[in-house]
Amino acid sequence: MITSTHYMLLSAALFMIGVIGVMVRRNIIIIFMSIELILNAVNINLIAFSAQLQNVVGQVFAIFVIAVAAAEAAVGLGIILAFYRNKETVNIDEMNLMRW
Amino acid sequence: MSQAIAFYFLSACILGFAVLVITTRDTVHSVLFLVLDFLFVAALYVLLGAQFVAAIQILVYAGGIVVLYLFVVMLVNLKRPPEAHQDPHRRTNWGLALSVAVLVELAIVGGYSYARPAPAFAAPSPAAPFTGNTEQVGWLLYTSYLIPFEVASMLLLVAMIGAIVLAKREL
Amino acid sequence: MVDAVVIPLLKILIVLNATLVAVTYMVLLERKVIAWAQSRLGPMRVGPYGILQPIADAVKLMIKEDITPVRADKWVFTAAPIISMVPALIVYAVIPFGPKITIFGRQVSLYITDINVGLLYIVSVASVGVYGIILAGYASNSKFPLLASLRASAQLISYEVAVTLTLVSVILMAGTLSMVGIVDAQYNQHVWYVIAQPLAFVLVLVGGLAETNRAPFDLPEAEQELTGGFHTEYSGMRFALFFLAEYANMIVVSSVVTTLFLGGWLPPFPNTAPLHFLYAIPSWVWFFLKSFFFLYVFIWVRATLPRYRYDQLMRLGWKVLIPLAILNLVVTGIVKVMLL
Repeated sequence: MITSTHYMLLSAALFMIGVIGVMVRRNIIIIFMSIELILNAVNINLIAFSAQLQNVVGQVFAIFVIAVAAAEAAVGLGIILAFYRNKETVNIDEMNLMRW
Repeated sequence: MSQAIAFYFLSACILGFAVLVITTRDTVHSVLFLVLDFLFVAALYVLLGAQFVAAIQILVYAGGIVVLYLFVVMLVNLKRPPEAHQDPHRRTNWGLALSVAVLVELAIVGGYSYARPAPAFAAPSPAAPFTGNTEQVGWLLYTSYLIPFEVASMLLLVAMIGAIVLAKREL
Repeated sequence: MVDAVVIPLLKILIVLNATLVAVTYMVLLERKVIAWAQSRLGPMRVGPYGILQPIADAVKLMIKEDITPVRADKWVFTAAPIISMVPALIVYAVIPFGPKITIFGRQVSLYITDINVGLLYIVSVASVGVYGIILAGYASNSKFPLLASLRASAQLISYEVAVTLTLVSVILMAGTLSMVGIVDAQYNQHVWYVIAQPLAFVLVLVGGLAETNRAPFDLPEAEQELTGGFHTEYSGMRFALFFLAEYANMIVVSSVVTTLFLGGWLPPFPNTAPLHFLYAIPSWVWFFLKSFFFLYVFIWVRATLPRYRYDQLMRLGWKVLIPLAILNLVVTGIVKVMLL
């Protein structure tokens, strides 16, 4: 019997995997991908509750989350490329100067 | 019963591939595991009756955003030898400690909810046969949530212009 | 039990086998048609009139040496052709070959399934097919394939936008995303959408040519450019899989264009009294005739038109097709609200 608690546990586990990815890895692209995992976890939660309460608003919100994730990924990757062109590194430990 | 099997299989795949995303050494493999993860999440959405969001997930996330990631990974790795793709500075101990803490927490929540289970899912109501899932979502998007919809489109336009300006060699 | 499991499995078996055989014989068809366009005969030696040529090609590709480049990513190198082929095959799950007919006293629908987001499913699956090309170039660990694959994938994702925008106006006319629903809508509105949406038809045809990397948009895989494009380092069965994936994509685009614009299994001007005698020809025969016509158009275009340069190609996709698609959508919306 799959209830909304199962989906919430799955979403929490996926969220924490994303957070651990952000904190553990030093490659900035992997950090961005972990942020995408976090957003997906939130989406799973929204859709699960939309199915339980039989209200489509959850799915509408999930579509907005996907749109915002797309915008954020585009701009974030543009920043990474611009940074890489200047400093030749993707290790965030070395991205520690505001100006050089 | 079949729903339970599908749910457990899909969530095992989702969590497994997510762990692989954050632990693989090679960045390109990480991106590929992310794509697989998103495909399984889309399958989970179909299980929950949200077919439109599942198709949007594959179209936008797996077919658009992750392709962007793959492009950037390949452009960044162009001049470096394959050995430099690994990530030697990651903090593995922090990761293990956090994972243990999270697992303990999830076990506590799981046990608590096993003792007092939540209400079951209502069956996908056959009371709305003439409007499928897509029509319902579209109806809401264009009537009650029209302003957030337009704001989201402005946000995407701004992001598009921003990404083009950022990635240019000289302005 | 039989209806739920056995019949869909049987349909999948038939469709998959038919597709793979059709893809193999597409190779022969292309060589023959291009040869006739150039006043020569094409393959004639193997079998009568060259009928057994595809079998010879298949045997040759299977017994060729399997070379993997040094320091190439083995898993990704092997997976790339598979990722290219799979989306082309699974699209057949939603393409309707005909309506419900009675075979041996049982009601059988001539499509594997009809999901209510059928057209969106096709577009999403096509967008996943880009990965095969990107990964092929990356996994080859060599400069030319990498650059060629970046070019090819940029071309694919640009034309995807134009085609998706155009398909929205078709959805607007039909009022549904399901493929069977679109054919039914053409039945109810008494007209094929090629007449109601001519601009959309042209845009989807051009976009489909670019999506499948077919001439005149085949710069990323031409032999004269970048030494063979993204499948330079591939040989033997893996190369065969790429080759077949391209032809399978061609057949998919033909089928989709037939369903959306030429009424799928419907005869011309469906549901009108004077032309009722056209229903004597079975529905699936109409479908195959129309798909075959589009396949012939694909090959005809390849034999006739010169290749687009890459910047001309991107300019066409972004500056011509997308504004035309948006214009088509706006006009369709206005007409639909005011007249229908």
